[in-house]
Amino acid sequence: MTGSLSPKWTGTAFLAALVLFPLFATPFWIVQIGAQTMILGIIALSLVWLAGYGGMVSMAQLVTAGLASYVVAYFGVQSDPALGLRLPWGLNIVLAIAAGTAFGIAVGMIAVRCFGIYMIMITLAIAVAFFYLARQNMGFFNAYNGFHGIRAPALFGLNLRDPIAFYYLCLLCGVTLFGFVVAAARTPFGLALQGIRDNPRRMQSLGYNVAVHRVLAFGIAGFIAAIGGVLRVWYAGSVSPGSVGVGSSISILMIAILGGMTHPIGAFVGALLFNLIQNFAIDFIDRERFNTMIGIILLAIILFMPSGLVGIADRLRQDDKRGDRPPRQTAPNAGKKSPNIREGNHP
Amino acid sequence: MPVSTFKSQTDDVPALVLSSVGRRFGALVALQDVTLTLRHGERRAIIGANGAGKTTLFNTITGDFPPTSGRILLAGRDITKMPPQVRTRLGLRRTYQTPLLLDQLTVRENFYVAVRGIRGGRLHLWRGADAGADEQEVLRLAQLTGVLPLLDRRAVEISHGERRQVEIAMALAGTPDVLLLDEPAAGLSPGDRGTLTALLRSLPKSITIVLIEHDMDVALGFAEFVTVMHNGRVFCEGLPAAIAADPRVHEIYMGHRHG
Repeated sequence: MTGSLSPKWTGTAFLAALVLFPLFATPFWIVQIGAQTMILGIIALSLVWLAGYGGMVSMAQLVTAGLASYVVAYFGVQSDPALGLRLPWGLNIVLAIAAGTAFGIAVGMIAVRCFGIYMIMITLAIAVAFFYLARQNMGFFNAYNGFHGIRAPALFGLNLRDPIAFYYLCLLCGVTLFGFVVAAARTPFGLALQGIRDNPRRMQSLGYNVAVHRVLAFGIAGFIAAIGGVLRVWYAGSVSPGSVGVGSSISILMIAILGGMTHPIGAFVGALLFNLIQNFAIDFIDRERFNTMIGIILLAIILFMPSGLVGIADRLRQDDKRGDRPPRQTAPNAGKKSPNIREGNHP
Repeated sequence: MPVSTFKSQTDDVPALVLSSVGRRFGALVALQDVTLTLRHGERRAIIGANGAGKTTLFNTITGDFPPTSGRILLAGRDITKMPPQVRTRLGLRRTYQTPLLLDQLTVRENFYVAVRGIRGGRLHLWRGADAGADEQEVLRLAQLTGVLPLLDRRAVEISHGERRQVEIAMALAGTPDVLLLDEPAAGLSPGDRGTLTALLRSLPKSITIVLIEHDMDVALGFAEFVTVMHNGRVFCEGLPAAIAADPRVHEIYMGHRHG
């Protein structure tokens, strides 16, 4: 929203760095850090879209991505020749994204009447239910085993399993979706979504159907997460109940909080930091201590910089320019705004 | 969905009719048997002590708390069971006792959301071909209410008086048929109060205006007709001069008459 020059330039510089990065990096950095950061960032982006602009914190974004992964596996090609319906990859991707979007809408329809902590609880319940369903259901999820040997297609002579090609694919998806979210926030739908975050009751009296708006925002979030899910299953080569566990769902929330939900870039900043910690923390501490460490970092961020790393950058820029601007409110402020308790009723 | 701003220019159809409207919250009867008829273009004030049911009355009209009994007709159309957003699209607008704005958005964005709320294309992920017309409407609202310099400030940053102006401007988007103002002068400085009264007087006669007001001077100075509410009922109605002279109304305000 700050229309100054400097973010534009830093943005261009960052993009150039991201494009040139594979020329210098090792395959580990290109795939494990680069591509995976983009994938996690895309899934977290779907949460930042919902929470930052819509005031709706959904814990079901990872399982939405997970459903898309499962669809890719179920309808695609995999190592066990008895499994996989071997649909053409293009159709398979369309199916996966459609399934993720539909699932997002379904989650939205369930959660639409809830605000704040209650929305977190109900979406967390959906995520947990999804995990157990995946673990028990043979027909679609192949239960405990899940699916393995899923590989990205080769198209037009370009093998997407190649580290550099896969990195660019992830980068393209990440940048496009990021641009989409930034642009969508300026459209009638996006502005109204922010209006609903600020004051749902007011939006009703301005002519908006709040419930429809919220459900569609979940649909868009499902669409974004599903693209992340397709990339994720190509990255990992497999999908199993372990990929849609509660721990992973919480990781997505942590990424969003680490990065900050006041701007979509927070999703990717958070994903990078999370990914670096995950990959390098074990060099310094025991593997079992990883959760302790990430927990402490999360705690520090919540306590000292509630709008995440993006919030710090924002604050530094504001100190530079105009000190008179009050700090931006941290994103999910829907909790106190249940439509029926505000403004009371005192004539 | 296309915008259908229902307009009735005929004088024989009243702008707003309430027939024995009631609202209860559990065992509490907040409104009982309220019957009102507003002529097209009328300026009506509703006065009454705290707890008389004035804001509840507005909430039943706008659908925030739909009536539990009775019927409401907007320009002859039964809106009793319609959700708030549909009533708004039909030409009904309101402001709140404490101005409710979209705090994290700029004033310009607040106006834009209000304009699109009436015009339609609420779910569009693009600004559309008539973006210029939207922007023009935003500027018209800002000009009308004198908030042009505020357009690029965030709503949370502006003063109480300015919030009031912005909220009224939002309610004027797309030219309403009936405008409900809940204590528009509350909390304003004497200077802001003058600006507000001038603004209200400048509004076109095609808009029917209902005003809740505590300040008898503001209410009686602006309104052509006054309704006095007491304990959830209409206590009496009359011309401002007659109401001002009525000893029973003074008694209500002094708190002698309860139950």
